[in-house]
Amino acid sequence: MKTIKAIIASLALFAMFAGTAAQAKVEIQWWHAFGGRLGELLDEQVNKFNASQDKYTVVHTRKGNYSETLNAGIAAFRAGQHPNILMVFEVGTASLMAAKGAYVPMYQLMKDAGQRFNPKGFVSAVSGYYTTTDGKMLSMPYNSSTPVLWVNKDLMKKAGLDPEMDLSTWKKVGNALDAAKAKGIDMPFCTCWHSWVHLENFSAYHNIPFATKSNGFAGLDTELAFNSPVHIKHIQTLGKWAQEGKFKYMGRRNEAGKNFRAGECMLMTESSAGYAGIKKEAKFEFAIRHLPYYGATEAPQNTIIGGSSLWALSGKSKEENKATAAFLAFLSRTDIQAKWHQDTGYLGVTTAAAKATKKSGFYKSNPGTDLAGIQMMRNKVTQNSKGLRLGSFDQIRGIIDEEMEGVYNGTKTAQVALDSAVKRGNVLLRRFERANK
Amino acid sequence: MEKRVFFKGWWLPALLVAPQLLISFVFFFYPSGQAIWNSLFLPDPFGLKTEFVGLDNFRFLLSDPYYLASFKTTVIFSTAVSVSSMALGLYLAALADRLIKGAGVYQTLLIWPYAIAPAIAGVLWLFMFNGNIGLASYYLKALGYEWNHTLKGDQAMFLVILASSWGRISYNFLFFLAGLQAIPKSIIEAAAIDGASFWKRFGTIVIPLLSPITFFLLVVNIVYAFFDTFGVIHTITSGGPEQSTTILVYKVFSDGFVSQDLGSSAAQSVILLVLVGILTVIQFKYIERKVHY
Repeated sequence: MKTIKAIIASLALFAMFAGTAAQAKVEIQWWHAFGGRLGELLDEQVNKFNASQDKYTVVHTRKGNYSETLNAGIAAFRAGQHPNILMVFEVGTASLMAAKGAYVPMYQLMKDAGQRFNPKGFVSAVSGYYTTTDGKMLSMPYNSSTPVLWVNKDLMKKAGLDPEMDLSTWKKVGNALDAAKAKGIDMPFCTCWHSWVHLENFSAYHNIPFATKSNGFAGLDTELAFNSPVHIKHIQTLGKWAQEGKFKYMGRRNEAGKNFRAGECMLMTESSAGYAGIKKEAKFEFAIRHLPYYGATEAPQNTIIGGSSLWALSGKSKEENKATAAFLAFLSRTDIQAKWHQDTGYLGVTTAAAKATKKSGFYKSNPGTDLAGIQMMRNKVTQNSKGLRLGSFDQIRGIIDEEMEGVYNGTKTAQVALDSAVKRGNVLLRRFERANK
Repeated sequence: MEKRVFFKGWWLPALLVAPQLLISFVFFFYPSGQAIWNSLFLPDPFGLKTEFVGLDNFRFLLSDPYYLASFKTTVIFSTAVSVSSMALGLYLAALADRLIKGAGVYQTLLIWPYAIAPAIAGVLWLFMFNGNIGLASYYLKALGYEWNHTLKGDQAMFLVILASSWGRISYNFLFFLAGLQAIPKSIIEAAAIDGASFWKRFGTIVIPLLSPITFFLLVVNIVYAFFDTFGVIHTITSGGPEQSTTILVYKVFSDGFVSQDLGSSAAQSVILLVLVGILTVIQFKYIERKVHY
């Protein structure tokens, strides 16, 4: 009993001292969605910042997946218990933008804190997503990726295919899957993030609208448009593959990544940021390829980003906002960005980081890691390939996922499913428009 | 004969019921009032602005075919969970009641699953039926049965029913066992001497004498299936695929806390409140009459 009391007393004493030591510094909270390898790399960045100066301390907390993090942030905001920095994935961007008063815009935050910050240093294809139409940057791009095709070369060989074969179009991919199925490969194709890869990026890549009004950039009165014949053809193809056992559905998010890393899936469409995990776990030879397209359109447009940006929430003291500004400026430093890009497979979001990575010879020694960047910036962006800005989009993605499940399990045709998703999604868009007038 | 007690003044009875009234107010009337009030508004997620929309939230809900479908899903789910967990609970209790040696050990082990939180139970079952690493799905595959509850609605439904019933079996077991032990052995022995078979005795003596407990469990289990199962559903299927496991309360949770649509979520709570009210009235008015105390 005595020893327990002694331990408690010494702990209390320790906590007191630790408390006073920490009080001297300004502490800010960062809520994010990264676990696993990405979580380790994020922790590394925070530690580096905390060690680099003695005025501020950043404390980071994982709040679950992207959606859970956003919801935790919103709920905390309502209760007045929100963090200084909230990680919001691209899908939540429109919701945040519409909530004027809930955040301090990035340009404002940096100006108030007297922090030197150059929004032009960011790659425009990325920063455009988080910038208002009149050129004001609202949040800071943190991690951005774009979907690519991951190839398990060992399984390709097992299927009697040339692992270097051309997989640039869906037709060619289809042929490869036929061959793999014939050779008894159990999971020739799998995919993560169905809506993001096969509808959102698919639209941009084929230069067709996902939604009207420049995919929502030009106004809240946007309507979904992803039930065009090209979309239907693609989703119907996926459904057919699912029925024939060539494509296996593993879940709505990135569940299929596990199957790929375990060496079960031959071809997978997934974010370029799958790199961190695949590099760490894959015990086979893998390759990165461009996302396939339909040969009918002459050449693919560009793909769009997924990932998150960091929002400085409002209602914090000036001192804390200064700390937030200092930390965000630190994150945009070239060395930090270049390391993040090389470790994770996320895009180099600043031009300088991309240049530094190229100069270091990283792309040469890690072939394929530059494909995502090329694929995103290969053309001048169009109305259809700038990105998406749609309210309630997390819910709409849920609807799309549901409807697509109907196609994969054979209860619905692609036409019926996509028409229904558009109709149901539009109801939510109108509701969002009404709530944010 | 009912017993009635009369008080002379008004303050003593008022004082005696005050704590109960206070609790009812804080935990029932106040939140219900809030739900009804909120169901008339369309707020933005951050709570920065809100708009009075009258009954539009209800109109929005009742015109959504998926919302209407979730009534059916709820009925299937609640019936399956209540019936299966009560039947198995009764079966195990009947077996445990006849034990002579080691009864305590069996009883403790059978009660154990009740100590596991619904969300954790969900994760455990999900683990076993996981398409990548699950043992159950692995063996099913070996038997030639393709298991993929992320895609097949009936499999997903089966899995959430299984996971929700599992912990409940323990609870029902406990009550049934207590009920069985309260039945005087002499009655059963007398029937046995008269030549009644086991099933005859079970059907004509045990079941009627268990009816108060069965009725109690029926109410409690339906309330459980209606309200306490969203943890299981959230961890296993998140209501999918194609909303085939979205029961009413899960939709309240997911629209409110996942999609941040508080107006619609509040409207759903109100509908659910009315529904459960009606259900309880039916249970007490019609089923309770058949109960022998």
